[in-house]
Amino acid sequence: MGAYTNPIYPYKSPADLMSTPPQRRPLIVIGAGPVGLAAAIDARLQGLDVLVLDDDKTVSVGSRAVCYSKRALEILDRLGVADQACAMGVSWNIGRTFLEQEEVYQFNLVPDAGHKRPGMINLQQYHIEEMLVARALALGADIRWQHKVTAVTPAADHATLTVETPDGPFDIEADWLVVADGARSPIRRHLGLDIEGRVFQDRFLIADVIMKADYPAERWFWFDPPFHPNQSVLLHKQSNNVWRIDFQLGWDADPEEEKKPEKVIPRLQAMLGDDRPFELEWVSIYTFQCRRMTDFRHGRVLFVGDAAHQVSPFGARGANSGFQDTDDLMWKLALVIQGQASDQLLDTYAHDRQFAADENIMNSTRSTDFITPKSRTSKTFRNQVLALAKHHPFARKLVNSGRLSVPSFLTGSALNTPDADTFAGQMVPGAPMDDAPVQVNGQDAWLLDQVGKGFQALLFVDAQPAPEVLAQLAGLQASGGSAPLRANAQAVKVTPLIVASCPLELPGMQVIVDAQGLVAKRYDAQPGTCYLLRPDQHVAARWRTLQMAPLQAALARALGHHIGQA
Amino acid sequence: MSTDMNTALITDLNFHEAGRRFFRDFSPGDEFYEHLIEAHNGLSDEQSEALNARLILLLANHIGDLQVLRAALQAARQAA
Repeated sequence: MGAYTNPIYPYKSPADLMSTPPQRRPLIVIGAGPVGLAAAIDARLQGLDVLVLDDDKTVSVGSRAVCYSKRALEILDRLGVADQACAMGVSWNIGRTFLEQEEVYQFNLVPDAGHKRPGMINLQQYHIEEMLVARALALGADIRWQHKVTAVTPAADHATLTVETPDGPFDIEADWLVVADGARSPIRRHLGLDIEGRVFQDRFLIADVIMKADYPAERWFWFDPPFHPNQSVLLHKQSNNVWRIDFQLGWDADPEEEKKPEKVIPRLQAMLGDDRPFELEWVSIYTFQCRRMTDFRHGRVLFVGDAAHQVSPFGARGANSGFQDTDDLMWKLALVIQGQASDQLLDTYAHDRQFAADENIMNSTRSTDFITPKSRTSKTFRNQVLALAKHHPFARKLVNSGRLSVPSFLTGSALNTPDADTFAGQMVPGAPMDDAPVQVNGQDAWLLDQVGKGFQALLFVDAQPAPEVLAQLAGLQASGGSAPLRANAQAVKVTPLIVASCPLELPGMQVIVDAQGLVAKRYDAQPGTCYLLRPDQHVAARWRTLQMAPLQAALARALGHHIGQA
Repeated sequence: MSTDMNTALITDLNFHEAGRRFFRDFSPGDEFYEHLIEAHNGLSDEQSEALNARLILLLANHIGDLQVLRAALQAARQAA
């Protein structure tokens, strides 16, 4: 039975890792789930050696994290697996919410055209993990399976790990340790670190069902459907004819009993209609919590993904926010390891991703409270929002069956340079960049594929730039930006990227053509407008004219040089 | 919009706050809803009912415009 057989990754003896005294590695990642693997791939792309330790020997069992958001796909594009994920996954933008049998609300995740990636794809976690493993290995990441980290001893300038393997235990040291060992995080527990929040008293049944069905590729959510009265149900299409169905069961449900096929199959038959053949691939019962660690950074130990924060599943904010964690962390870690920024830059990882985790927790808690009201009054309000939603647009917007994962605007980041000039639109300092169609060498391309490779200065022009501007750009490219912290380290470069409203020849300069004018529109740009972009495709600063002094100051700020200074 | 064509009752999403910027259109409405449910936290059903009554009276006075209030009462009655 089943649509999927888990691969078994080969165990490799740790003989080469064992030594006395222990070896020191620049970077170790604990956990080869989606987030740990993303960290490893990003490390390799930044030129860092990375060792990944995982206690298992395969990928996820069951579909688990199914929905990958537009922003996660943009990150996976940078990591090099998004084409594969999108080819295999089911793209969707539309979500429908039903009360009983009637549709009361519908949302479109990407209402504006002109983005490379859809609002969401659905793909089983095991498929994503397999792609990430292959990519990490191809890039030279050293992944060791059946290597269980049983102890971590933090020190001022490293951490010592005790690792258990089929060949016995050994110790190994890491200059930097990224912990991606999931919601239960044995390492977090072992270190006695706080994680606080709220446990929700409800149980949900997840079923992966294999069947041929012609439902559209949309997210369908029911409040109180006739086939499962008084509770909610969620339906998602996955790849290879696998469908994901979540049934709300209530707190009193017996998890062991509810998992039995003789209980699950009638629920599915009631939903699908008796005559449709289907196979049950995987069943699980889950409860959930919304909580986060007080601090994602503990010296040389950095927590990412579910190990650092957990949310209810309504909104797909788990794996998606985990990818955003490593997206924020890894360029900073690379600059610190390479001596180009002080380790205080990593405090901004903790600060900014804690902010994002709070936003994710807030949104998923609000959804959960709407879906599973905790009191009679709360239930009355919920049901009357649904009743009003049939007649009034405002009530439709209040229907909260999950606010699906969108990236945070990091407006409170210490790395931002506040606007001195006036801009409209959403691309404020700290904003995750909006995509747009462009042309490169006469070919159709996407803005986000042109950025995310170090710091870049996006300069909008409508004609050949003046000689003094060209001289400034050349200077930027040649001299780079800020002075390095270590004598042998390279200065951090800022690469110019010219956005021209018409085709331009600028030898030695990367030029993209904003043929549809959508880049200028989305970035409220006029000729002369300049954006300083971070390596993780976030806006650091922007001006109406390119000037070297403010740009250098903004770069220094985006590198965290001001942090800790009076 | 509401089915009653002469009403001034706003039925499009209208939650906002001066001086605050919301990057997602659902955020201010969700924030109000969270406050609303929180206001009932720990109350008995009877106390909640009384709170709702006080809340309606406060909001009605704030709106003041009888034409709007009549339209709201009618819309509330019709949706049931």
